[in-house]
Amino acid sequence: MSGEDEAWFDEAAGPLVRPYAVTGGRTRSDQFGLELITLVVALPSVAEASALPPEYARIVRLCQRPMSVAEVAALIDLPLPVIKVLLSDLIEQNYVIFRRAAPMSEAPDQHVLQAVLDGIRKL
Amino acid sequence: MASENSDPRRRLTATAVKLLVAGGFGVGKTTMVGSVSEVPPLRTEELLTSASEGVDDLAGVEAKSTTTVALDFGRITISPELILYLFGTPGQDRFWFMWDELATGALGAVVLADTRRLESCFPAVDFFERRGLPFVVGVNCFDGAHRYGTEEVRAALDVDPTVPMLLCDARDRESTKQVLVTLIQHVMRNAELLPAGR
Ligand SMILES: Nc1nc2c(ncn2[C@@H]2O[C@H](COP(=O)(O)OP(=O)(O)OP(=O)(O)O)[C@@H](O)[C@H]2O)c(=O)[nH]1
Ligand SMILES: [Mg+2]
Repeated sequence: MSGEDEAWFDEAAGPLVRPYAVTGGRTRSDQFGLELITLVVALPSVAEASALPPEYARIVRLCQRPMSVAEVAALIDLPLPVIKVLLSDLIEQNYVIFRRAAPMSEAPDQHVLQAVLDGIRKL
Repeated sequence: MASENSDPRRRLTATAVKLLVAGGFGVGKTTMVGSVSEVPPLRTEELLTSASEGVDDLAGVEAKSTTTVALDFGRITISPELILYLFGTPGQDRFWFMWDELATGALGAVVLADTRRLESCFPAVDFFERRGLPFVVGVNCFDGAHRYGTEEVRAALDVDPTVPMLLCDARDRESTKQVLVTLIQHVMRNAELLPAGR
């Protein structure tokens, strides 16, 4: 995307008929490598969100605290690939920041595993 | 280009980790996720075409948006800095394409086995063995099902002797916790973080 506001609003304009309508038919969303448990958080406040097109505004309102891409998809109730595209747009526009989980090639961190173990025991 | 932590207004330092709950159709995966999740299991949909390039009979957008597979998952906020997600794998074989995405970055997996149809968990066992992802086998004790011992199940599944195997009840929170604790200990052992035999 060009980053111009015009493009931003054009792509999201119109009522939500089918998921692919939201993303203007785009299904590729690998530019940021968003995965199921990539965490995202919105930068604008709930109040600021109303300036955005509805689907984006919903995401920004939802993501006031960190949550995973999968949670955003489930709570907004749009398929994962669609949410990934919408989130990519928001990331590109600096409305959302994200943090990927450690890559598979890395051995799981001992402290993380211990914290997970302790956390499960405490449930 | 947006970077991961460029904006000073909000910080994102939390880490997310994930475990999988796999097994055949109707074996209790969603039940197990729900027994420990802090929210009722969430559901989201993956679209078939997103991971099946080369399938040329799904030409139009219309067709693309119809074939979906539901994933369910739960969340356990261990601390503000650490969030654990538990994903149930799709129970049907035709949704294999989802498994790679699910397994990417997972710490480990629970394979749920139903003794009434043990073979339904074979594909999951094969997948995790091939992938080198540590897993434990939970033998889900359905009412009225013949109770096999874990050793009989181990023999039938032909898994490595180091793979932990335990009886469980996916509906029971304490039972699920026991399965997950066993899994994490196994993952730690696998990573040679714990002395063998603990
Ligand atoms: N008796 C008994 N019933 C169980 C147990 N676990 C699950 N069930 C029941 O079995 C049924 C199927 O459980 P689900 O959790 O939906 O199974 P699933 O593996 O998620 O099913 P799919 O996603 O359709 O493959 C439900 O009616 C559960 O209540 C168990 O440990 N014991
Ligand atoms: Mg299920």
